[in-house]
Amino acid sequence: MLKVNDIHTFYGKIEALKGISIEVQEGEIVTLIGANGAGKSTTLKTISGQLAPLHGSIEFLGEAISGMPSHAVTAKHVIQVPEGRRIFPQMSVRENLDMGAFLRNDKEGIAEDLEKVLDLFPRLRERLAQKGGTLSGGEQQMLAIARGMMARPKLLMLDEPSMGLAPVIVDVIFETIKRLNEAGTTILLVEQNAAMALQVAHRGYVLETGSVVLQGGGTELLRNEQVRKTYLGEV
Amino acid sequence: MSVEFGIIGQQLVNGLTLGGMYALLALGYTLVYGILLMINFAHAEMFMFGAYVGLFTLQGLSRIEFFTSSGPALLLLYVLTFLIAMVVTGILGVIIERFAYRPLRHAPRLAPLISAIGVSLFLQNAALLWISSRSIPFPVLFEVRTFRIAGANISSMQILIIVTTILLMLVLDTFVSRTRLGRAMRATSQDRDAAGLMGVDINRVIALTFFIGPALGGAAGIFSGMYYGNIKYNMGFIPGIKSFTAAVIGGIGNLRGAMLGGFLLGLLESLAAAYISTGYKDVIAFAILIVVLIFKPGGLLGESVAEKV
Repeated sequence: MLKVNDIHTFYGKIEALKGISIEVQEGEIVTLIGANGAGKSTTLKTISGQLAPLHGSIEFLGEAISGMPSHAVTAKHVIQVPEGRRIFPQMSVRENLDMGAFLRNDKEGIAEDLEKVLDLFPRLRERLAQKGGTLSGGEQQMLAIARGMMARPKLLMLDEPSMGLAPVIVDVIFETIKRLNEAGTTILLVEQNAAMALQVAHRGYVLETGSVVLQGGGTELLRNEQVRKTYLGEV
Repeated sequence: MSVEFGIIGQQLVNGLTLGGMYALLALGYTLVYGILLMINFAHAEMFMFGAYVGLFTLQGLSRIEFFTSSGPALLLLYVLTFLIAMVVTGILGVIIERFAYRPLRHAPRLAPLISAIGVSLFLQNAALLWISSRSIPFPVLFEVRTFRIAGANISSMQILIIVTTILLMLVLDTFVSRTRLGRAMRATSQDRDAAGLMGVDINRVIALTFFIGPALGGAAGIFSGMYYGNIKYNMGFIPGIKSFTAAVIGGIGNLRGAMLGGFLLGLLESLAAAYISTGYKDVIAFAILIVVLIFKPGGLLGESVAEKV
């Protein structure tokens, strides 16, 4: 479904991605794990069009999407839920969700999806009229994911969804990710919480300073000694 | 009614007229700042440019006999003049953004500021060289009537300016809060990258902002021409500074703040001119600005800027 082939992305003169190649098949949860600065978020941003790769290609459903501006990538239903949630603080929860469906015209479909995401996160239903900026961190993350789902993603890319959240909420978020995937959404997940990510993922890539150093099945990586030492904090 | 009330009423109406012009111009500063965090120093020239386009349109159209033949035709003439001048000024705004600001979008913040000052000087000098260095009379083709209400003299011109200003503001407010494009504008001003991820074409939204702001500023310029009876190549400078002040008083980036700030500044100036001294009216106005900023640094309606995580 998604084929990222040897992309090199720069921040000014700094080469943040030194030839990353990853693949996501339809129906999978694929995770990118790695330390701070390994290039996980940069990879997502390059796919979503916020950054343009200098070399390399990105293909989605057989179509080249590298170098497209982010609104054009969104139009392909490749949806990124950005790091730090980035909900619109002055807009109500309802308006935030409407923004998620910005490119859609099918009123009935939108109303249907609104019900779906509100069933998924009942807490948001209680807060529909509240300003996004007044929600708690966990609620904001729920809103960010719900907003992403409003675009009917073919590929949903989540950037650090557990960051800064209480463990109870992290469990809720990962439970949701699993459920969304079971309901048919393909997911590319970037996480620092490697243990949680590898438990839900079918496959994973380990990134280090802009390159893929290891890849494999989720449980396989979870058992890998190097991964255990470096990312799961075991001695 | 007492003489005292006459003066107050008079100055309130004068202040609202002046304030309406400030508010319309202030909206342009605040719209652009809200989206690009940039102060568009060339915006004052939109006031001047709009007035000139308005003048030429009015002169051109009034040669057609039909437009001066009856009352309704005259009204149509004015509506057309405003529409044409606003659209042309809006297009100029879009062109300026495309060539003077967009190439500098990722440059240090000082660069577009300098570029804006350059555009401002360019437009002023172009008007000076190509049109005239002197002030040009601005024709008023309808009879201005004066009404005496509670001791104050209120002209039909003032009523026209205040009513049209409020109308334009209502249209803008409705557009921004109710339409899809308006929502895209608000999203872009709250978080540009996130708006892009929602599918908003950021460049289009910025171009739209640079259309709306100058269009409103151009309308304010025509009002100024009609109200004072003449226009000049440097007529934008002082109202530009005042309107920028109004935008800051109201809370820059906040549309209703710019409207409030504009009317407030106009009223304060008029009242200060009547009760203290005309020479001190600007001193009073800017003293108020300082006081507002000391107690509410974000402006009257500005939100305290939250740390972005």
